[in-house]
Amino acid sequence: MISKNLYDLIGLAVAVCFILALKGLSSPKSARRGNLIGAFGALVATGFVFRSPEMTLHHKWWIMGAIVFGVVVGVPAARRIQMTQMPQLVALFNGVGGGAAALVAIVEYLKLGSSASTPDVVATVFTVIVGCVSFSGSIVTFLKLQEIMTTRPVVFPGGRFVIAATLLGTLGCAEWVIHSMGNVSLTVMAVLALLFGVLFVLPVGGADVPIVISLLNAFTGLTVAASGYVLQATLLIVAGTLVGASGTILTRLMAAAMGRSLFGTLFGAFTAKPQAAAVGGEVRPVKSGSPDDVAILLNYAQRVVIVPGFGLAVAQAQHTVRELADLLTSKGVDVAYGIHPVAGRMPGHMNVLLAEANVPYEQLVEMDEVNPTFPQTDVVLVVGANDVVNPAAKTTPGCPIYGMPILDVAEAGNVIFLKRSMRPGFAGIENELLYDPKTTLLFGDAKDSLTKVVSALKAL
Amino acid sequence: MSNGLALLSIFVLSVFIGFEVVSKVSTTLHTPLMSGANAIHGIILVGAITVTDHADTNLELGLGIAAVVLATINMVGGFVVTDRMLEMFKGKPRVKKDVEAVGGEAK
Repeated sequence: MISKNLYDLIGLAVAVCFILALKGLSSPKSARRGNLIGAFGALVATGFVFRSPEMTLHHKWWIMGAIVFGVVVGVPAARRIQMTQMPQLVALFNGVGGGAAALVAIVEYLKLGSSASTPDVVATVFTVIVGCVSFSGSIVTFLKLQEIMTTRPVVFPGGRFVIAATLLGTLGCAEWVIHSMGNVSLTVMAVLALLFGVLFVLPVGGADVPIVISLLNAFTGLTVAASGYVLQATLLIVAGTLVGASGTILTRLMAAAMGRSLFGTLFGAFTAKPQAAAVGGEVRPVKSGSPDDVAILLNYAQRVVIVPGFGLAVAQAQHTVRELADLLTSKGVDVAYGIHPVAGRMPGHMNVLLAEANVPYEQLVEMDEVNPTFPQTDVVLVVGANDVVNPAAKTTPGCPIYGMPILDVAEAGNVIFLKRSMRPGFAGIENELLYDPKTTLLFGDAKDSLTKVVSALKAL
Repeated sequence: MSNGLALLSIFVLSVFIGFEVVSKVSTTLHTPLMSGANAIHGIILVGAITVTDHADTNLELGLGIAAVVLATINMVGGFVVTDRMLEMFKGKPRVKKDVEAVGGEAK
């Protein structure tokens, strides 16, 4: 046993470790060390909780067993996951964290008794609700990303009323719980909160997933902070709040990158009608090219910008794209990657994929920095992206992506689209750029197409 | 200052620290930020261990143990996967002749 003061000091040191972990992420150079500091802090916190003056150690073997089991499940999952599947894993880890916080709050509630102060009960109830929403919402997000269920928005008639009713029901139950302190009321409330989490994520489609993942991340952070209040644990408050801040910032960034308010993104799907290719049904001529045409265009370019999208992840083409970029660099072509903030299925998804393929992070250029360079760019190679380069976001008021900042690839000399088909992107909007005279389309799987371009380029 | 008020103060100050620190995170590292933040909220494990330790009934013990399992998966898995990702972020292997003007690291 150690004294309460020493235990609290250790908690403070761990909180500092977590702050340093996030601070390390300000640069890729210091990021890994920062994460290790954070992991060290977490290890210390877990080790010393057993020596806390409040511990009875009655159930220590159960607890140890549970930890070992968690490690046995968590570590292989984290080691084996492919970088393309990262959004799913993050959603899942977020969900289990929210679930854990909700369970902690439920146990705490069972022990509160009738003497509990109102702030404690309110904090506990808050933790249960938000934890349950985060848990079930994250699980649905995981199922969508893993494509166990449809990635399209699931909308049903009167959906928004059902959701509003569920939310009101949950809040009503919260009131009931606070007054009655009963177990039945708590169970009903938890079930309604779980249901709300499901209903709230169902109408969100693939392209909006980055926002939802960020938001659920913020929810779990707040849940942990609230349980820190209930348990009187400063460390949990600090850690949870840090996560809440990170989730909130990311959510705002993602919403801004889609040119929409957060509210519009979350509740837009209820009102938006499924858009079939809006612009007429007639077949319009496009210029499709062969891998050789593309290789020639690239070979004589001075500067090439590659714009990756979720299609790159689907085709697992990140290594091939890097091979192409290296080949072009060796021929003296200036190559950069233009990264749109919402390309992919979570914030920064493309950066991780390309980092996996050993693309130096200096070559990954953000939208605001790459946009002014497009007029000096000879060729833009769009790999599996569509909406993030669709000029309709600027030119067509009323279309679902209107107002979303895009990569201005139309400013470049030539645009090459690697596409599987003429099917419009996720948002279901026709992309005028595909019909532009300076655009060449190369149909096929992104990875196959890139491999062909690479061999054509080598033959030149 | 009452205990509740002290905790509230810590919360409010943490909000500012959180926003300050996270707003400086490089855009390139948003995915590791997310999974790192995920790992950090795995610290609920400490709470899970505490409530399980104080469990009096089988229901409390069962729920507590489930919380410990979930929190461990969250924390350990989160740190491992973040480390794996960050390991991949490498700079240019060699200095090239004409360093592109647009490269460079995000603020």
